[in-house]
Amino acid sequence: MRMDIKAVLKKNTMIFALVLLTLFFAWQTNGAILAPQNINNLIAQNSYVVILAVGMLLCILTGGNIDLSVGSVVCLIGAIAGKLIVTYHVNIYLTIIICLGIGILIGAFQGFWIAFVRIPPFIVTLSGMLLWRGIALLVLAGLTISPFPDHYLALFNNYVTNPKTALVVGIIISVGLVLIMFKNRSDKMKKEYEVGSLAGEATKLAVIIAVILGISYKLSQYKGLPMILILLAIIVAVYAYYTSKTVNGRYYYAVGGNEKAAKLSGINTDMVYFKAYVNMAFLASVAALVCVARFNSAAPTAGTNYEMDAIGSCFIGGASAYGGVGTIPGVVIGAIFMGVLNNGMSIMGIDANWQKAVKGIVLLAAVIFDVVSKRKQK
Amino acid sequence: MDNSAPYLKGGKRMGKIILEMKDIVKTFPGVKALDHVNLKVEAGEIHALVGENGAGKSTLMNVLSGIYPYGSYEGEITYEGQLCQFKEINDSEKRGIVIIHQELALVPHMSIGENMFLGNEQRSKLGINWNATYSKADELLKVVGLKESSRTLIKDIGVGKQQMVEIAKALAKKVKLLILDEPTASLNESDSKALLDLLIQFKQQGMTSIIISHKLNEISYVADKITVIRDGQTIETIDKATTEINEERIIAGMVGRTLTNRFPKRTKKSIGKRNFEVKDWTVYHPIYSERKVVDHVSMYVRQGEVVGISGLMGAGRTELAMSLFGRSYGSNISGTLLINGEEVYLKNVEQAIEHKLAYVTEDRKGNGLILSHSIAKNTTMAKMDRVSKYGVIDKDLEISVANTYKEKLKTKCPSVMQEVGNLSGGNQQKVLLSKWMFAEPDVLILDEPTRGIDVGAKYEIYCIINDLVAEGKSVIIISSELPEVLGMCDRIYIMNEGKMVGEVSGEEATQEIIMAQILQSGKGE
Repeated sequence: MRMDIKAVLKKNTMIFALVLLTLFFAWQTNGAILAPQNINNLIAQNSYVVILAVGMLLCILTGGNIDLSVGSVVCLIGAIAGKLIVTYHVNIYLTIIICLGIGILIGAFQGFWIAFVRIPPFIVTLSGMLLWRGIALLVLAGLTISPFPDHYLALFNNYVTNPKTALVVGIIISVGLVLIMFKNRSDKMKKEYEVGSLAGEATKLAVIIAVILGISYKLSQYKGLPMILILLAIIVAVYAYYTSKTVNGRYYYAVGGNEKAAKLSGINTDMVYFKAYVNMAFLASVAALVCVARFNSAAPTAGTNYEMDAIGSCFIGGASAYGGVGTIPGVVIGAIFMGVLNNGMSIMGIDANWQKAVKGIVLLAAVIFDVVSKRKQK
Repeated sequence: MDNSAPYLKGGKRMGKIILEMKDIVKTFPGVKALDHVNLKVEAGEIHALVGENGAGKSTLMNVLSGIYPYGSYEGEITYEGQLCQFKEINDSEKRGIVIIHQELALVPHMSIGENMFLGNEQRSKLGINWNATYSKADELLKVVGLKESSRTLIKDIGVGKQQMVEIAKALAKKVKLLILDEPTASLNESDSKALLDLLIQFKQQGMTSIIISHKLNEISYVADKITVIRDGQTIETIDKATTEINEERIIAGMVGRTLTNRFPKRTKKSIGKRNFEVKDWTVYHPIYSERKVVDHVSMYVRQGEVVGISGLMGAGRTELAMSLFGRSYGSNISGTLLINGEEVYLKNVEQAIEHKLAYVTEDRKGNGLILSHSIAKNTTMAKMDRVSKYGVIDKDLEISVANTYKEKLKTKCPSVMQEVGNLSGGNQQKVLLSKWMFAEPDVLILDEPTRGIDVGAKYEIYCIINDLVAEGKSVIIISSELPEVLGMCDRIYIMNEGKMVGEVSGEEATQEIIMAQILQSGKGE
């Protein structure tokens, strides 16, 4: 049992680090960070980071490859959305479809060079970073487009009408998780597969449920369940399932683990690279639509350094810089970690310049920790 | 170098002990890798260390060279009469102990000369003295008999020559005790012979070497004394002067029992119809597209048959196999491939797997396995359809599949969730075989299936091959070890310089016949 606890600690280091960080800020800010309104802000402020980090993980999985262009893609798609909705009054749903379509085309363009011509991703996406930013500035003619119509903002910024629903949804999800766990266990026992220790699984689930209930309670104290949280939950759930449970998801790990072996096992490795970059640009477009709604504007500087937030979240969340290792839940934890760190330091009133320096150190520390702890295992 | 070689004819030696390792104990968390190991090496001899994989040979040499620093092990090391307390590899190199690792440590994009003096640069007042570097390098290349300019880049010379550069590099460090870890593992026979002869030449000049090798014929050729290590303990030291050394004698020491037969007998043979046939197969080099790598090769395999492809390294055997396996090698491929009598065109590996073909690579770490992934994930990788429905993986089924193969192949591991990188070579090979057996092939091409694995594991792999053909599958073995081909195959093709130059049945074949065919075909050019 003692070994179990040690193993659980080791496996979930970032979760415990996040809990400690949150407690630290709760102490320093006299609980302000856990206030209902602030929890709500945290979600709104970091939604784009989570969306981008999920996409970035797939790129990183293929072999530590990153996509530097996402910030510029966010800016360009935001600009197009602004132009269509604000200037030309195009239907917002049609605009969303057009924007996502253009995002996919951008991804296909970059993915083509990376996957089929084998230009290093760093170079292709660095070029993309300049290219898409340039086109965005052309579209905007250097100006900020605003304001967006209310019915567009409502899509992303609104809340499910009754604040109490937040708590109800939280309870439903918790009950669902418990049922799924027991069903999984009984299925495994029926087929006579190995089952993990009940205590271990139950503890893990209890922590998750505590967090879900805590957040949903806090949200019900404020305005209720934000629409953006529903969107985030769907994206995270879909990608978590895709990467951990599907054959196609497994291929990203295989290519990052050993591309030659993957190829000789009948995996179309070119297609894996292609999909990773198309998907990244697609999610960057989703993030763009979220961002213009949150800021109620499409600005020439939008999306600056977003790629760095996404990459940082991935590495803090345990993705390997060499590829082949990393999970969606891990990356989400990484993104929340960055978010809490930003938010906590802001509330404490720490100088913005210092905030940057601290984030840099935290990123380095996370990767050092990852590398060193792996070395010790061997 | 000490030139008064203390080696007299008639088997009497008057050497003094240059190195003595006494009661060495080295523990890793949970494992005792070395358990009171003793090793005595006389000046001017070639001392072989043999033992199964994981027996502790490399660990012992790492202790000696200071890779595991003084204090991390127990016991005493005496070298040239002095007690040694090496803290890092530089300390041992200063005393003339140089270790050449199995994986070559050369920088591909640097020249031979730069590599030879890497970390040991010939300095001038302001930087590196390139003239001195290259002239000294050229001298040393002459000593090792390598006809290359020291300005040639490492990536442009073959593995055999690279191994010679490693030795020249050791000489540049004024080596007195040279340690070679599996120096011939990736060399062909003629390169191996040249290397071993070089060691003998150095011995006559008074140099001492310790050689770790799995190739017993080479050891009996070159070694004066053989120390056998098993499970972290010294079992015995066999002296050539007093005992006759032969392969059976060494194997008996290594495995602790006499292997009466190194190749398991197949109980009954039932050979069926031809299920895999190649006609006029020609493949060109993928980059130098005018170079023919495989030249009008024709061959076939029948159900329940083990066919060998013998030949020297570079004969084009791997290239032939990979080009057949869904065109994963080469350009401008022509020829016909018949599976079960029908002509097929395999565009990629996926189609090859669909047509029940499997290619088990010779380079299991580089091309075969994902070392950072679990045994379970590696096992199912080539045929994910069998553990998934509508593209969704059934992980429980995956684990139970992996467990089935773990038991079937007797893979030694605590659990199938273990990372493959933590397994020994023999067990990794079993995981690789599991992966391809799980793909349910009818024809398996095994490329060097027992390279770098120990005698016991080899025997187990041979048993698996026999089981496979007993089920009616066909196996093609590509191997550079002639005894293996002779011991296992029903029929043997002989390949040289991209051409099939002969075919003999397993009963008639002898090492002499095969070597003669290879050599004669070479002369015809």
